[in-house]
Amino acid sequence: MSEVQLRGGAVADRTYEHVVRMADVSMHYGAVRALSEINFAVGRNEIVGLLGDNGAGKSTLIKILTGVQKPTAGDMYVRDEKIDWSGYSVRRAHELRFETVYQESSLCEMQPLWRNFFVGRQITNRFGFIDVKKQKEIAQDILLNAIGFRGAGITVDSRVSDLSGGERQGISIGRAMYFDADLIVLDEPTVALAVKEVRKVLDFVRSIKESGRACIYIEHNLAHVYEVADRLVILDRGRVVAEIARGELSLAELTQYLIDLHDKRDQHADG
Amino acid sequence: MAEIKSHRTVFERIEGLPVLLALMLIIGIFMITAPRSFLGVRVYMSFFATVPPPLIIGLGLTLVIAAGEIDLSFPSVVKMSGIVFAMTNKFIAFPLDTDADGFVGSEGVTNLLPWLFLVLAVGVGMAIGFLNGLLVTMVGIPSIIATLATLFVFEGLSIIIGGGQQYSLRGIDEYTVHAALTGRIGIVPVQVIWALLAAVAIWFLLNRHKFGEHLMFIGDNENVARVVGVNVKREKIKMFVLMGALGAVAGVMVTLENKNFYTTQGTAFLLIVMAAVFIGGTAITGGKGNIPGTFFGSFMVGCIEAGIISSGLGGFWTRLVVGLVFLAAVIFHLSIEDPTRMKRLVGIRPSSDGLLARRATSPPG
Ligand SMILES: Nc1ncnc2c1ncn2[C@@H]1O[C@H](COP(=O)(O)OP(=O)(O)OP(=O)(O)O)[C@@H](O)[C@H]1O
Ligand SMILES: [Mg+2]
Repeated sequence: MSEVQLRGGAVADRTYEHVVRMADVSMHYGAVRALSEINFAVGRNEIVGLLGDNGAGKSTLIKILTGVQKPTAGDMYVRDEKIDWSGYSVRRAHELRFETVYQESSLCEMQPLWRNFFVGRQITNRFGFIDVKKQKEIAQDILLNAIGFRGAGITVDSRVSDLSGGERQGISIGRAMYFDADLIVLDEPTVALAVKEVRKVLDFVRSIKESGRACIYIEHNLAHVYEVADRLVILDRGRVVAEIARGELSLAELTQYLIDLHDKRDQHADG
Repeated sequence: MAEIKSHRTVFERIEGLPVLLALMLIIGIFMITAPRSFLGVRVYMSFFATVPPPLIIGLGLTLVIAAGEIDLSFPSVVKMSGIVFAMTNKFIAFPLDTDADGFVGSEGVTNLLPWLFLVLAVGVGMAIGFLNGLLVTMVGIPSIIATLATLFVFEGLSIIIGGGQQYSLRGIDEYTVHAALTGRIGIVPVQVIWALLAAVAIWFLLNRHKFGEHLMFIGDNENVARVVGVNVKREKIKMFVLMGALGAVAGVMVTLENKNFYTTQGTAFLLIVMAAVFIGGTAITGGKGNIPGTFFGSFMVGCIEAGIISSGLGGFWTRLVVGLVFLAAVIFHLSIEDPTRMKRLVGIRPSSDGLLARRATSPPG
């Protein structure tokens, strides 16, 4: 059994309190208010579980955080320093050592795995030509240790379209594990995985904690989040409605709390 | 390490191989139907002179299609670069060199002027490409619409600039720019060497450079490309600019080869370049591009046009045959891409029988 391992350790060159902090961030899609004045922070060695109903705004929040989208209002601080939105992008987020496994596939179907691992940050020479050999070697390593693989005929030259859903997810997670980051964002990483593979993802989250890094973990399975998170943040209709520290509630109480929240919302909608 | 069985056939692994074989087959057929031209060397030298301009454009178009976009404006880029190159030479370079016995180029500063005008013409092509890129990425017009519009606009502009006239460049072969772009090495037109170099360079750009990789990812899935950190807008603009530059080089080549700017130059390229790219195996769906395919596909189209006429069939047959070859090629590429689709197609009859049979046996309700 290969163990889930992280490369290297967290950047310790500068001390900071929060690896990321959002202040009054709002996001509208036309008339849809996906996020309203969100205040959200992640400590430098903290695992934050992000919970909420479908459409609560979880994915939107992390897309803003990782530079995929720009918010309509609000500020963000990375390692306690304010971010200039105009210069913020996925590339910048990579440079800031943020790594993300998105809910939707972030792999391109027709392209081979070795390209999918490195696209956006290829190993190149001075003129931008890709070092194919080196990329394939590293991709091979990632593949050997990747979650969800039984080594069944898949090589670095395989196209993503030849992979099962779980294998694809394993590739995305493997990519996030390789690009050693200070903040790893996992948006429902376990949905397509078998039970045993889910354990490996949870082990991975624990190893993030142990190596002194931070993680935002989005997951609908409460037991899983409960198991690994230091703190839970609950989103409801684009607002932070609760923050629960580890041990504050039992799993049963947490479940009841979320059900109540849901019911209240339904009553609100009916009334 | 365990050998992994590859499902990919030799046809897939050696890029452009089927197109090369088809090209050889077609040449073989014409050797029988038109032996007088196709068994000689001259016809091939004529291909080497006329195929490179559309081929060079096809290389650029392969990148554009790999990125999931299209560019229809290149015939007008060929016109614009041609008219700029022709008029600047005719009205600036030539008068400086005219003396009692005609032109004396090939010496001194004036010999460099046509090179400068070549750069200017390429600049014009890049500017048109840049405009296309802005319309597509910043204004958000689908590329098929945006470049159709610029196709009209710049054809119109080229007529306005040139007053609808043709410009003879008799004497341009006195200058080094002519020898460099469209001269002859022995009997071999140098433009075929440029075309080959361009094909190699663009193959590396597409398959080994991060720019090419970004284009393939954009063509594959633009949202994913954005999420993994590709600057989609910037890469697309760069791509259209490159396409404009290649179109302009082709335009100057045409003008130099003819030693004349014709107002219709490039018009015929629209269809033959697209046919060459698709015959070459690049799919309209984007995500990848087949550079060797475009290379041989361009020669195939040129070959068919010449071969039909030499076989005594009459010019109107060329379109029909190119169209049929085009169809056959696309079906062939589809069948390699997705073998099951072909089986389904071939097995239409049995499978519909099967459907009937299943219906007959399935329980009611
Ligand atoms: N690109 C978009 N355009 C318009 N509306 C959007 C877009 N993306 C998200 N939304 C809306 O924003 C709200 C929040 O969506 P989001 O994807 O953040 O939810 P989520 O909490 O991740 O849900 P889930 O648990 O189902 O993944 C939803 O109402 C959704 O419809
Ligand atoms: Mg989501």
